[in-house]
Amino acid sequence: MLKIDARRKLADFEWRGRLEIRPGITALFGQSGAGKTSLVNMVAGLLTPDEGEIAIGGTCVFSRREGVNLPPERRPVGVVFQDGRLFPHLSVRGNLQYGRRRGARSAPVFKEVVELLELQALLHRRPMSLSGGEQQRVAIGRALLTAPDVLLLDEPLAGLDGERRGEVLNFLERLKRDSDRIIVYVTHRIEEVVRLADRLVLIDRGVVRSSGEPQELLGRPELQASIGQQSAGALLRCRIEEVDDGDGLSRLSCSGHTILLPRLDLPQDADIVLQVRAGDVSLSLEPPRQSSVLNVMSGTVERVVPEDGALADVVVNVGQTLWARVTRRSVRELGLSTGVRVYATIKAASLYSAN
Amino acid sequence: MTPVWEIAALSLKVSLWAVACSLPVGIACAWVLARCRFPGKILLDGLVHLPLVTPPVVVGYLLLIVLGRNGWLGRLFHDWFGVTFTFTWRGAAVAAAVMAFPLMVRAIRLGIESVDRRLEEAARTLGATPARSLFTVTLPLAAPGLLTGALLAFARCLGEFGATITFVSNVPGQTRTLPLAIYTLLQTPEGETAAAWLAGISLALAIVALAASELAARAVRKRLN
Repeated sequence: MLKIDARRKLADFEWRGRLEIRPGITALFGQSGAGKTSLVNMVAGLLTPDEGEIAIGGTCVFSRREGVNLPPERRPVGVVFQDGRLFPHLSVRGNLQYGRRRGARSAPVFKEVVELLELQALLHRRPMSLSGGEQQRVAIGRALLTAPDVLLLDEPLAGLDGERRGEVLNFLERLKRDSDRIIVYVTHRIEEVVRLADRLVLIDRGVVRSSGEPQELLGRPELQASIGQQSAGALLRCRIEEVDDGDGLSRLSCSGHTILLPRLDLPQDADIVLQVRAGDVSLSLEPPRQSSVLNVMSGTVERVVPEDGALADVVVNVGQTLWARVTRRSVRELGLSTGVRVYATIKAASLYSAN
Repeated sequence: MTPVWEIAALSLKVSLWAVACSLPVGIACAWVLARCRFPGKILLDGLVHLPLVTPPVVVGYLLLIVLGRNGWLGRLFHDWFGVTFTFTWRGAAVAAAVMAFPLMVRAIRLGIESVDRRLEEAARTLGATPARSLFTVTLPLAAPGLLTGALLAFARCLGEFGATITFVSNVPGQTRTLPLAIYTLLQTPEGETAAAWLAGISLALAIVALAASELAARAVRKRLN
């Protein structure tokens, strides 16, 4: 258990979040400037809180009251930084072997970590000659080899393009296997949360807005502001009924509805989570006819949340919670209010698996 | 007059010892100035730079007061280690080291400041103590600055005149380095030819030092990238 109850004055607000993080992958989610990196630095010992306490598995690493402030090298914490921070004067092997073991757990075998992250071919290379994705894999390996009780990943995919992102994500998923480690994953991308996290903590300007199970949390209307406009949307739990229906589409069932989307390379009957952005959902009072849209789900309006300006978010219960971002004019003209029966349409092309 | 090669060898010996002995202190000073914040830092900075702005004769005089046979530090060295500085090549090395110190510290400090502190933080999160982080990350990455500092200091030592002649006088075979020998020859009738030879050697040494510095810096940079 990682316990944080600390205050620290930052540039334009004060961090005063209280958190208890259990083993498994916990995503810290928030806009840039929400204080996520400051939290990581406080846990790692790179930033000293003004007040409060931080404890890892019963060991106090910081306490203002008791005058405890362990230096970074004596905390059982490993960090993977956003910018990798590999040592340019050392080879990949030198970087991997730089760390010293701390904490209670026994050190992982060098060979195993190298194999897990597929670094064999890179061992003699210099960090500068590696791609961004390779650099982050080395950084992850380097942190793992110190056998940390707490592994902090501070937006490890932020500097990478889409393809590299996917590559490193695959490796990060392998970390889920050792579930007894506390892994804190800082991100502002919902896809990463859904793919990796067992738990989600929403952070906003130095405070914890909410925490809990990712799917449940991401669907909550009142948290949309913390999640941010870009990523606002719902997560739908679905099961794959048919991998390919002959037209290159996969057929999914979702609370009694059928959803079609471009073919997923996943086995039949797999349970997956679909991310549906609010902006990709439109509403109508009657089932649309002669439309290019393949996915129509009927449901009832749960509530309407007016947004700034011309927009409003409509929460629709289709068996699960769905979000639609529409204009206020549409809300008025269609008479959308709690209890109204609507048809939500989602373009198949806009859907993708968050797994 | 002592043979030319002996004078050059003495100059090299004095300069090498001066650089070798002052380098650890220079690195420590540069690190403190580059990485630490404390009250009185300006004072330390000023003290390090003092030889650069003080007349060399004054530095020599101060050395005489402190390290001379009756100086408090000089007596201590004599009584405890049996080392005298006055009229010896060791004294010449001290004078050269002190005069070259600001140049050395400046270059090394720039080298250390150019090292990304976030790499040092990364080292700490990997279990490195501040000392280990310094020796395995900061200094290797600051190597170009270290090298420049050492070679600049070496070149400065070769040319040291004022503080040396004031502190340890002009003793043939002990403290008569190249500049002092040239000066002496120019004071004697018909010494000009020999002086020209020595001047030529001085120039050659300076050029070799500069070239070596450039080549070494290039090699280090290549290794880092």
